[in-house]
Amino acid sequence: MSALRKLFRFHGGVKPDYHKHASTRQPIAGTPIPAELVIPLHQSIGGPPRPLVQAGERVLKGQRIGDADGNVSSAVHASTSGTVTAVEMRRMPHTSGLSALCVVIKPDGRDEWIARQSFDFRNASPTETRDYLRDAGVVGLGGAVFPSHLKLNAGKQGRLDTLVLNGAECEPFITCDDVLMRERGEAILKGAAIMREMLAAGRVLIGIEDNKPEAIAAMMAAARAAGDDAIQVVAVPTRYPAGGAKQLIRVLTGIEVPHGERSTDYGVQCFNVGTAYATHDAIALGQPLISRIVTVAGNVGQARNYEVLFGTPMRDLIAPCAPLPDSDRVIMGGPMMGFRMPGDDVPVVKATNCVLVGSDALFPPPPPEMSCIRCGECAKVCPSDLQPFEMYWFARARLFGKAQEYHLFDCIECGCCAYVCPSRIPLVDYYRFAKSEIWAREVEKEAADQARDRYEFRLLREEREKQEKAAKLAAKTAAGREKAAAALAEAEKPARTPEEEAKHALIAAALERAKAQKERAHPENTSNLSPEQQAEIAAIEARRAEIREQAKPHLRADD
Amino acid sequence: MHNSPYFLKPASVRSVMLRVLLALLPGIAAYVWFFGAAVLVQIALASVTALLAEAAMLKLRGKPLMLYLGDGSALVTAWLIALTFPPIAPWWLTVIGVLAAIVVAKHLYGGLGQNPFNPAMVAFALMIVAYPSLMSQWPAVGFTDFAPQLNAIFGPRQLDAITMATPLDALRTALHTEEARATVAGVLGSSASFGNIGGKGWEWVAAGYFLGGLYLLQQRIITWHMPAAFLLTLLVISGAFAAFDPGHFAGPSFHLFTGGAMLGAFFIVTDPVSGCTTPRGKLFFAAGIGLLTWIIRAFGAYPDGIAFAVLLMNIAAPLIDMNTQPPVFGHKDKRGSAK
Ligand code: SF4
Ligand code: SF4
Repeated sequence: MSALRKLFRFHGGVKPDYHKHASTRQPIAGTPIPAELVIPLHQSIGGPPRPLVQAGERVLKGQRIGDADGNVSSAVHASTSGTVTAVEMRRMPHTSGLSALCVVIKPDGRDEWIARQSFDFRNASPTETRDYLRDAGVVGLGGAVFPSHLKLNAGKQGRLDTLVLNGAECEPFITCDDVLMRERGEAILKGAAIMREMLAAGRVLIGIEDNKPEAIAAMMAAARAAGDDAIQVVAVPTRYPAGGAKQLIRVLTGIEVPHGERSTDYGVQCFNVGTAYATHDAIALGQPLISRIVTVAGNVGQARNYEVLFGTPMRDLIAPCAPLPDSDRVIMGGPMMGFRMPGDDVPVVKATNCVLVGSDALFPPPPPEMSCIRCGECAKVCPSDLQPFEMYWFARARLFGKAQEYHLFDCIECGCCAYVCPSRIPLVDYYRFAKSEIWAREVEKEAADQARDRYEFRLLREEREKQEKAAKLAAKTAAGREKAAAALAEAEKPARTPEEEAKHALIAAALERAKAQKERAHPENTSNLSPEQQAEIAAIEARRAEIREQAKPHLRADD
Repeated sequence: MHNSPYFLKPASVRSVMLRVLLALLPGIAAYVWFFGAAVLVQIALASVTALLAEAAMLKLRGKPLMLYLGDGSALVTAWLIALTFPPIAPWWLTVIGVLAAIVVAKHLYGGLGQNPFNPAMVAFALMIVAYPSLMSQWPAVGFTDFAPQLNAIFGPRQLDAITMATPLDALRTALHTEEARATVAGVLGSSASFGNIGGKGWEWVAAGYFLGGLYLLQQRIITWHMPAAFLLTLLVISGAFAAFDPGHFAGPSFHLFTGGAMLGAFFIVTDPVSGCTTPRGKLFFAAGIGLLTWIIRAFGAYPDGIAFAVLLMNIAAPLIDMNTQPPVFGHKDKRGSAK
């Protein structure tokens, strides 16, 4: 149901050209099974899954081929039936062209499913349901690929006020959520109902940007059909990045979830509509996540949305869309936050919401970067209410601590600032660079701290061994049995002589100091983090090498 | 290879600067109407000097010449200097002023975006200290003959016929030097310099700048904070003192429509590079300039105080910014987050 409700504003935002029409003219299409599927094991935030299959093995569609590595991880599955031809390093859909372990499958064309069985989540404990979703490989399909089971947890209160379904889809060109909502609203709502039960959420708000009237109408019809008053479809003003989880929560509920905090502590949780759909597939149909809707758009003659098996090479997807002759690049994601691919051979993965074909004509190279004139345009549009030019200043000067003081880590890398900057400064590159440098330093520091701890521990141990040796030596002397016993006892005790006492005190103090120092030195403590934060670190780490490369040209001191 | 965002809004420093120049045109038109074409000569002189100086400095500093020369920032500085200097000032006064602004105030401090002081105001302050009399010779209103003005600029100078005290100057001189009976009302009524609400002729120029300012607001090149805070402060304080002692303090309309108040409010105080950037910081910054301007006008030795007020507040700008950082997303107080 929809109602006129009071909406809230988030600060800033921009209105780029949307280019959404081209890919929504036709319904979602299937794609033929490709000749070879390359399924990366690591497709979500968190630990890379462990391979469960070997070359030569036959696999069925939906068979688990990678097992979640711990709880902050998510399983991966074969997207069709066939034979595993290799488990090897292949190029990832990643700007740097880095390779990672992939399961390569030669499809047999039969597309034969595993035995599928719905999961009776009502008779399962919440932990069991979460484990099930983890093993079904359900992750956030808005692009962040955060394991969904970790978010399906009502938190301290055991219940939530609001479950937000994110159908805003604010990035230009991307329409995969739009068409999904138009065509499969019912399943989305069923998924949302499962999520709502797991979270004990009072209401479900489905936020859709008002430039998608068809999707809004379809979802409203589906909500009417479901007959559930707690579900409301809400049209939100079209303004990038209204589809950012925090921005959408803000618009719908007025709540601002600060950086580094869980939205559940504020009574809200937010999922992409595609994730709700995948949840329904997994629970109600027993189908793990093996495909998703992908928009193919940009410099193509026929933009369209496809339901794509994970592991399908992007080029297979682009070919039927009639790419224009001057196309020279493939971008995964949208033009605001997407990443350029190292080639068109990389596979579609869970994070692939859009395959954007580009050319110099469509995405002209930016004009040369000039000095910041402190015009404040960037601050006006920053949805995190930051002062982007100040962070830029400090990042450029490598004053990373100062950049952090200006809330560098609250930056969501939405690109609004760079979009409007009249000096054409690639601001986001500077933030990516600064973040990666800060994380790198902390990781190094952590390692150094650990080494120091180990060293100090060794000192302690050597001291103790010396004493024990002395005791044993004493024990050997026939006359010294009693003395030996005493010495042994003495060695067991911390220390007895004044010198020893002092030494031990010193060591203890040093350890204390090291510990305190470690705690002090970690403004963004890496050892004591929520899964979200760990995931964030992991994501940032993964991009670090690449970013350093990219940022180098800008950081060559030119004055 | 570049990274996201791959889409950029069509925007450039040049387009910002060109729109600032465009916004100056109505004021300039009124200026020419009431005071003759001399100001156009000054603008041309200042522009050429500024571009040459900018090119030389860019070359010396090994910067991409065409990229920065085309940004228009030197032209904005040049025009502001031409508009704040007397239009019949000798040519070398303008040239030195522009050189001081571009070479010293801008490039020696690091070039575009790095200068802590407003270059045009540095030029004005330097010149009024060094050549106070030359900086105080203004053309008489309505005396728009071009030839004598041109003579004044390029010599030989015969000034008496064409100059006249500016309204601020006339008022200050009258109040400070004549017998104690001189009152604001008396001075305003008696002198040919004064018009209906501000200085004669000047009030129209000010209106032109105001119009241009509205355009800048509409184009979102400036925000309302600075002009509003500056003009309101000037209005409130001059209003308060005029109410308290109307004999010795001129009222708000006089202050707002004479001298550089309107030009300052929309084009000088709002210089982003040397001013504050946070919304609250902008308010403090511009209010400070308003207050200092009034103090210097009312009690100081110089007729108009805007240049010194701006430079003083430039010093304070970083500190104000540091202490007025707006709360970031999720860290606002209850009221902030519910706004
Ligand atoms: S938009 Fe660009 S030029 Fe303007 S303040 Fe921000 S970084 Fe500087
Ligand atoms: S990229 Fe970061 S700094 Fe720039 S607008 Fe987005 S959140 Fe703000």
